Amino acid sequence: MIAEMFTYNFIIRAFVVGILVSLCASLLGVTLVLKRYSMIGDGLSHVGFGALAVAAALNIAPLEVAVPVIVIAAFLLLRISENSKINGDAAIAIISSTALAIGVFTASLSGINTDLNSYLFGSILATSNSDAIMCVILAVIVIVMYFIFYNKIFAVTFDENFARATGLKPSIYNMVIALLTALTIVIGMRIMGTLLISALIIFPAITSMRLCKRFKSVIVCSGILSVICFFAGMLISYNYDTPTGASVVLTNCAAFLVFWLISIVKVKITKSKTIRHINL
Amino acid sequence: MSLIKFADVSIGYEGVNVLSNLSFEINAGDYLCIVGENGSGKTTLMKSMLGLISPISGTISFNDGLKQNHIGYLPQQSKIQKDFPASVYEVVLSGCLSKGFLPFYSKFQKKTAFDNMQKAGISDLKNKCFRELSGGQQQRALLARALCSTEKLLILDEPITGLDPIAAQELYTLIKQLNHNGITVIMVTHDVNAAIVNASHILHLEKETYFYGTTHTYLHSDIGKRFLVTDCPCDNCQKNHRGGV
Ligand SMILES: Nc1ncnc2c1ncn2[C@@H]1O[C@H](COP(=O)(O)OP(=O)(O)OP(=O)(O)O)[C@@H](O)[C@H]1O
Ligand SMILES: [Mg+2]
Repeated sequence: MIAEMFTYNFIIRAFVVGILVSLCASLLGVTLVLKRYSMIGDGLSHVGFGALAVAAALNIAPLEVAVPVIVIAAFLLLRISENSKINGDAAIAIISSTALAIGVFTASLSGINTDLNSYLFGSILATSNSDAIMCVILAVIVIVMYFIFYNKIFAVTFDENFARATGLKPSIYNMVIALLTALTIVIGMRIMGTLLISALIIFPAITSMRLCKRFKSVIVCSGILSVICFFAGMLISYNYDTPTGASVVLTNCAAFLVFWLISIVKVKITKSKTIRHINL
Repeated sequence: MSLIKFADVSIGYEGVNVLSNLSFEINAGDYLCIVGENGSGKTTLMKSMLGLISPISGTISFNDGLKQNHIGYLPQQSKIQKDFPASVYEVVLSGCLSKGFLPFYSKFQKKTAFDNMQKAGISDLKNKCFRELSGGQQQRALLARALCSTEKLLILDEPITGLDPIAAQELYTLIKQLNHNGITVIMVTHDVNAAIVNASHILHLEKETYFYGTTHTYLHSDIGKRFLVTDCPCDNCQKNHRGGV
């Protein structure tokens, strides 16, 4: 069954792209969740949808519009979140729903577009060769950059004030994070859809944080989990003919529940151990 | 030449001054203790020195080739999240980051981290999760991190908070030793007795005014006499004191 699956070219392509995107999303997800920026991913994907709709209406290549718009939006959202005077949550919600509204509005004016539908819910099996190559290049850039900046990203995530006080420039690394997030959203949108990409970013991080206690192990665990969940989601999707994006999100959710249960059981066991200890 | 110079500096939040018109110079090799009541602006002053907030007016200048990445810093309260997954080793190592441009830690940086964990007495906690440490253990880990980035200047904001008396004493000895080796030390403290024993200079902040000078002159100043419970231990004063009685 699985062997048969991999005789199709488009499936192999989907796996390659999907695994790379899952990896990017899970790496950045850890940083975004810890920085309390989880909502930025969600906001950005909506902005991306708006940009794509406008591009489609104007007949411009979608990614060429989406990439710069999302990168600019990422810097903007990061600024807003850093500035404590503005209510960050509300600002992100306003921007993302406005962008979504613009997207839907333009789409209806220019006639219903099937391509837009695929951006909302993803179309991993329909990725063209050129799209796939673009995704692979961007994903490799994101992964390589993440490892180059890994220690610095840890430092500015853990304690930004200390980093600034001792001469690191957190604003630079925050920009790097924003840029990488934007790129991940762009490629993730293509396969997972705007509505589901933030799940790919957030789930692996919070799942591995149930059990892992070191930054490095959280990163490694999220990466592995994300790839496994993608794999499982794809298999389910292929076998039961379910939508790919939704299947991947649900396997991620299942992994989260499993990890969460294990962490609860672990706490219970340590507690009962100490109680027995006291009784003796 | 001075290491850090405050020229007519006023600092505050949102345009409201907390401290006004400070002027003083800190020289290389000094051991400065900053004292004063809660809310007198000690932490605010530290933050301005570190460039975390910019002064409302006046200038703070670094001289003598002092750069931001020569500074070690132990904050009073970090905004570190309760649920952050990080091992003690990872936290301490991040103090080495301000030097070196490599994406990975060098052997030397790793050794620095080990040595400083030893100095802070937390070698055995290396692989523990930072958020699961006790308050005092966390303070020690952050101290080790501060030591990692210290090259010329060590800035400590109430470093003995949460430390047991033995650890506090060890900390004072360690800092004294670093100071002997040429590191300039600036410490905010409420432990005035330790301050007058260890420090070469005292900065005392009050609502409208401040005192800056050597520990000796501080002990003889009105502001110092008011704040201190103990008498000045110097021979002269003891003699006068006995004479007076
Ligand atoms: N982020 C802030 N925004 C506005 N005002 C602040 C802020 N932080 C401190 N303040 C005010 O500045 C004044 C000085 O605060 P600071 O933290 O410098 O005091 P401190 O001397 O360090 O006190 P403590 O001994 O309690 O640590 C206080 O009146 C405080 O209310
Ligand atoms: Mg303070």
